[in-house]
Amino acid sequence: MNYPGKGLVEGLAITARNFVGSYFYKDRLTTVQYPEERVQTPENSRTFPFLVFDESPDKPRCTACKICEVECPPKCIYIVMDRDDKGKPLQRPKVFDIDISVCMQCQICVEVCPFESIKMDNDYEKSRYGRFNDLVQRLPDLLKSNAYYNKIKPAEAAEVDAKLKAEAEAKAAKKAAAAAAAAKATAVPPAGSVT
Amino acid sequence: METIYQILHTTFANVPAWAVQIAAFLIPIAFIFGVYPAIFALTTLVERKALGRIQNRYGPNRVGIFGILQPLADGLKILLKEDIVPRVADKFTHFLAPVLIVIPGLLVYLVVPVAPGMVAVDLKIGVLFALAVGTMSVIALFMAGWASRNKFSVLGAVRAVAQVVSYEVPTVMAGVAVIMAAGTLSTLTIVQRQGGGLLNISNWYVFRPWGLVGFALFIIGGLAESARCPFDLPEAESELIGGYHTEYSGFKFALFQMGEYLAGMAMAGVTVTLFLGGYMGPGSGPGLAGGLISMLWFFVKLAGMIGLNIWIRGTWPRLRVDQLMGFAWKVLLPLALVNIVAVGFWHFLTPRPLAWIITTGWLVIWFLVLTKCNASAKLEKREYRYV
Repeated sequence: MNYPGKGLVEGLAITARNFVGSYFYKDRLTTVQYPEERVQTPENSRTFPFLVFDESPDKPRCTACKICEVECPPKCIYIVMDRDDKGKPLQRPKVFDIDISVCMQCQICVEVCPFESIKMDNDYEKSRYGRFNDLVQRLPDLLKSNAYYNKIKPAEAAEVDAKLKAEAEAKAAKKAAAAAAAAKATAVPPAGSVT
Repeated sequence: METIYQILHTTFANVPAWAVQIAAFLIPIAFIFGVYPAIFALTTLVERKALGRIQNRYGPNRVGIFGILQPLADGLKILLKEDIVPRVADKFTHFLAPVLIVIPGLLVYLVVPVAPGMVAVDLKIGVLFALAVGTMSVIALFMAGWASRNKFSVLGAVRAVAQVVSYEVPTVMAGVAVIMAAGTLSTLTIVQRQGGGLLNISNWYVFRPWGLVGFALFIIGGLAESARCPFDLPEAESELIGGYHTEYSGFKFALFQMGEYLAGMAMAGVTVTLFLGGYMGPGSGPGLAGGLISMLWFFVKLAGMIGLNIWIRGTWPRLRVDQLMGFAWKVLLPLALVNIVAVGFWHFLTPRPLAWIITTGWLVIWFLVLTKCNASAKLEKREYRYV
């Protein structure tokens, strides 16, 4: 049936249905009451990078190789390697700063890291009151445990753990083989040359 | 005012007459300045909540329980904002406009009766006063737009003037129907004429064929005159930033909002008075109890009209400028004129059923003719040769 003003009346009916329905059906409400309830972010969502450590924060995976610092397109990473009293490099960062006001969340640092050390976080509550120093993430802010990494991104972390484990085993096996070979070399001296 | 004077004079017999007279002056003023701005504050909250629900979200619910303190928080926030006046603006007019815009909205309430005898001034030309003063706010709007010296402001102001001048005609014509039927321009008498009948309801003018048409015309005209959705072209955010109040901030902006809402509510109040029987309803009548029930009825009807405005705002999209003008001059004005003739039929045809049949038939036929004539042209199916 078609009558003058049909569209107007149908529109009013729809809004009335929304008005009443939103009081009775929770699933109609599309907004989230933010501080009380949060949206579950997808596993592969990412915000800013963080550094993974294995057992304790003073032993990070990062070796301060500075590949990420060099590769970072907006140059938001600043690294200084730690050195002991004699000036010998200790293969761990002394300073590791990421300016998250500059970071563009491109994940390139993660792609280039050879030590599976820097990973993308999914913590989106990074807002601060200050505009400058508050937005620079220092080493203590950045270091997070492997358990945390496993919690936020289970599939990816499991893959990384398996890879690291395989590498460690291969390394151990190689070391053992090398040791065995060395032992063999020392145990059986030039005697072999006789035959 | 006379009724208040009588009541006070009989209650406080030993108080001198001049003091009673002053009190009788001040009470309606205090009522108008206290109650209607309070309703305005509440309306802003209710409107935001209702619009939220219409769009399937919660609306404000943070300040106080259910967001009940939101108007207070808004007011505080807007008081703390910086008041900016453009360097090239006409400073005096720029300042005067927001002051003037609130006044017409409040003046209309003078002639809106809220209970038997309870009207601030029972003017003999009440309806004329309400319609004339209610449109005065457009002068303040134009002052605001002109003084801002900003193209968006001027465009908004020009739109406001064009719109109000166009819609004033059908609105007044719709009011003329009521004036003809009631035989008076006094709002109090018009309301009294709508009393009696079944439960004090059946004699409301909205339950007459011409009254229903007039009611619809008056609602549309009222929406247009107070520049509310879907006729909010003067401030169309998506087209004109803020229209006439683009260059206003802080409390001046709040005054614009307040003036606009007060004018809208005043039009709703006049609509209630003219068509919905004012304070008439089951149980209303003279005396204290009857007076309180009457007042309740009036404010329930006012709330209903405000609710209808909010519902319409949440549903209908804004009109285009040419559609706006076409609608006023090609549909509303002829319908209002036809409606006046229908009141004539109603008045002179003696057996009531015959009057019902003839006025209804007359209005329906003209409504169909007008909608048919104004139907948008059907486009022919185009053939594209080079696709």
